[in-house]
Amino acid sequence: MKIKEIFVTSAFTENSVWRQILGICSALAVTNLMMNSLVMGLGVIFTLALSGFTISLIRNYIPKRIRMMVQTLIIASYVIIVDLFLKAFYPEISRALGPYVGLIITNCIIMGRAEAFAGKNSPFDSMIDGIGAGVGYTIVLLVIAFVREIFGFGTLFGFQVMGDWWTKWSIMVMAPSAFFMLAILIWIINTPKKQVG
Amino acid sequence: MELNPLIIFIAAIFTSNILLTNFLGMCSFLSVSKEVESSLGLGMAVVFVMTITSAINYAVYHFVLVPLDIIYLQYIIFIIVIAAFVQLTEMVVERFSPILYYSLGIFLPLITVNCAILGVSLFMVIRNYTFLQSIAYGAGSGLGWLLAILALAGIRQKVKEKYVPSGLAGAGLSLIITGIMALAFVGFSGIVVIQ
Repeated sequence: MKIKEIFVTSAFTENSVWRQILGICSALAVTNLMMNSLVMGLGVIFTLALSGFTISLIRNYIPKRIRMMVQTLIIASYVIIVDLFLKAFYPEISRALGPYVGLIITNCIIMGRAEAFAGKNSPFDSMIDGIGAGVGYTIVLLVIAFVREIFGFGTLFGFQVMGDWWTKWSIMVMAPSAFFMLAILIWIINTPKKQVG
Repeated sequence: MELNPLIIFIAAIFTSNILLTNFLGMCSFLSVSKEVESSLGLGMAVVFVMTITSAINYAVYHFVLVPLDIIYLQYIIFIIVIAAFVQLTEMVVERFSPILYYSLGIFLPLITVNCAILGVSLFMVIRNYTFLQSIAYGAGSGLGWLLAILALAGIRQKVKEKYVPSGLAGAGLSLIITGIMALAFVGFSGIVVIQ
């Protein structure tokens, strides 16, 4: 029960993207294709889970003054693992994501969870919290990418789903649509229930 | 690819604005843009740090990482350089110019976690820029970021008193404004192209 509670809290009720508006740089940048979003999401889940675990494990030994620096180094080490893995096994996706894999380091969600949760809780709980926050983030990415890919390219995960009659909306491929899509998503989720019903 | 540094500089401000087309530095962009004055302070700090760190990181990458064949450590090294430089700047400014410290210094710690700074260093490596090109790119991106946050802060002050649907108030509205700004900046594309 407790594990489930931690997971649901960090994935949905306290979702980093739509509740705390954290980590949206990459949420905007990689969402023109479903595949890129999924890979990015998995990378973030991996980094969040393991950095949460590690930081929580050594939380009593880190001097308070250099806490941030130590956390950043731990996060950076895991991001390097993700980056090398992608370069070795999925070179094309690695090229498409470009610098955004490296930018997972400065993704505020990871630092935010490390500060807010991993610094105070046991390693296992922190790992669950990390996975939860990562899953919540991935869901946002996939929702935005779903709309952008289907309107912008007429495909899903690279497979043609719209017929030849479909006119591609080039705006959905360009940057501004990412801002609009995320704004609309936040708007829908934050609208009080009584107004919706 | 031999691009004139001046072209890169102009392109980094307008056609490939680091914020509006590459989405970097969003967190502080959204949280600090409530007032024009503090936006200007943070923007100036970003321009300064971005220009210098792109130069330092260029030197570190080409004279330390490449010869030692430890390019895979670039993320860690870049972030340490940025954090150390920010810390140093903060101490120097505090020591020699208390006035500047009060207007700019409070924003410096925020900059370490601004992903635009790390992003500029990473783009510089991926695109194989020369030293001059890197500095031009860093300065241009900083100015582009400053321009974007000033514009958003100005618009937010104007719409502060207006009616906004409750679910959209705050971050949602800022994102829509930013989206319209990004749309306007698409109009610059075609002047110069860098990739």
